[in-house]
Amino acid sequence: MADIVVKTEDVVKEYRMGSNILRALDGINIEIERGEYISLMGPSGSGKSTLFNMIGALDRPTEGRVYIDGQNMSQLSQKQIAAFRCHRVGYIFQSYNLLHVRSAHGNVTLPMIFAGISEKQRNEKAEKLLDMVGLGDRMYHLPDELSGGQRQRVAIARALANDPSIILADEPTANLDTITGREIIDLIKRLNIEQGVTVISATHDLKMLDVSDRIVDIRDGLVERIRNRDEIEIEVGEVGGEGE
Amino acid sequence: MQQRTPIEEQIDLPFIESLRISFQSLKIRFGRSIITTAGITLGIAFLVSVWMNNEIGLALQESGRQSTINTFEETAEQGISTKDIWLIIMSLIVCVVGIANSMLMAVTERFREIGTMKCLGALDGFVVRLFLLESGFQGFSGALIGALIGTLGAVLLGLKDYGLDLFFYFPLLPSSPEDGPMQLGVIVIILLGCILGMILAVIGSSFPAWRAAKLPPAEAMRTEV
Ligand SMILES: Nc1ncnc2c1ncn2[C@@H]1O[C@H](COP(=O)(O)OP(=O)(O)O)[C@@H](O)[C@H]1O
Ligand SMILES: [Mg+2]
Repeated sequence: MADIVVKTEDVVKEYRMGSNILRALDGINIEIERGEYISLMGPSGSGKSTLFNMIGALDRPTEGRVYIDGQNMSQLSQKQIAAFRCHRVGYIFQSYNLLHVRSAHGNVTLPMIFAGISEKQRNEKAEKLLDMVGLGDRMYHLPDELSGGQRQRVAIARALANDPSIILADEPTANLDTITGREIIDLIKRLNIEQGVTVISATHDLKMLDVSDRIVDIRDGLVERIRNRDEIEIEVGEVGGEGE
Repeated sequence: MQQRTPIEEQIDLPFIESLRISFQSLKIRFGRSIITTAGITLGIAFLVSVWMNNEIGLALQESGRQSTINTFEETAEQGISTKDIWLIIMSLIVCVVGIANSMLMAVTERFREIGTMKCLGALDGFVVRLFLLESGFQGFSGALIGALIGTLGAVLLGLKDYGLDLFFYFPLLPSSPEDGPMQLGVIVIILLGCILGMILAVIGSSFPAWRAAKLPPAEAMRTEV
């Protein structure tokens, strides 16, 4: 049997706006295997970020269940959820979400502070991670003093601080130019291969296609189809040729 | 990294870590911190100057002196007049609203930061404690400066009204009850001003911080200011 790390069962998310109810997710069922690189694809407003939030325990589903490592997330206490976010998941956002009052180094150490790791250990780890993402010479710069690509690298280093088993990336390249975006994708792919982290990435960046093991197409809050790597390779050609 | 044990509970951080993080944040956001603190300083300076001006008036009145320019009000009776009470209450309201507003704004623009910290594993209580520490420090230092400025203002006004007599009858300490109506004295007013400023700042910031910390991180991070 495959090692399922994330499983969603009939996940529904509704947003209430005044008297209107908007059904952002309309019953999502997916299973993600450990070590996979999964891309959630879909047009803007299709529900990718909403699903990202459900899987990452950043928000609660209106209905349905999310299981991570077989654990029903809705049964966790506040303190368990905090520990889950701290240890099991690394988040990467479109707008980086760095704390602008902390240096690159300070951003990377923060999740380790929350995890109760000693100062010496967390400094060493932060230096190692920032080196790995190519920011060894920018460690003590504030985010405002870094370019978009560099900020996203800090975010990636921060996401890895507590050795998560899952990386959740919500349109990590959307604010970056093509070349920088490519570098960020390659970096995330490298982590996926070298460290075996499961990567779940929302995107509408076609560059993400050829690094993904599977692509989940989302439309109007529903899974439209799931494509495997071999199917993808054929279609990358199509995309290059004719678009949709 | 294979199948892990069930999810544990997040640890509570030692107090010293919260202290370090909050001071670092105050330091780096120095410019913004100063503006927020200035809001507290202004509120307390206003309140303390009005209140103390009144106190000085009373002290000199008791000593038999009359303000040289107190023309439109013949205070035959001793004690605080209705007009003065009204002034003090007004300045208290201005102070409360001003400080609450300046803390609320300072917290609201940091909702995203709160959501981000929760993504990284911060407990709600930690977030609140961080704001409590920051605002407590800002509140106390802002209010102390404000109280001193307010005192200076009241002394200058007193000098204008009573001349150097002011210093002979200066109400530094609380009066004893047998010398007529009870007066708090300058030192107590300064202390009360500091405490009030600190309490208002702490309430004004930890209440919105608590509300933001309770939000799911996705909601907190959506907030655009
Ligand atoms: N907090 C919210 N309140 C109200 N509506 C929301 C909220 N978050 C998302 N939505 C709506 O839900 C739908 C899906 O949004 P989202 O998941 O952000 O899409 P995507 O990430 O694919 O662009 C959109 O119509 C969006 O406007
Ligand atoms: Mg989105």
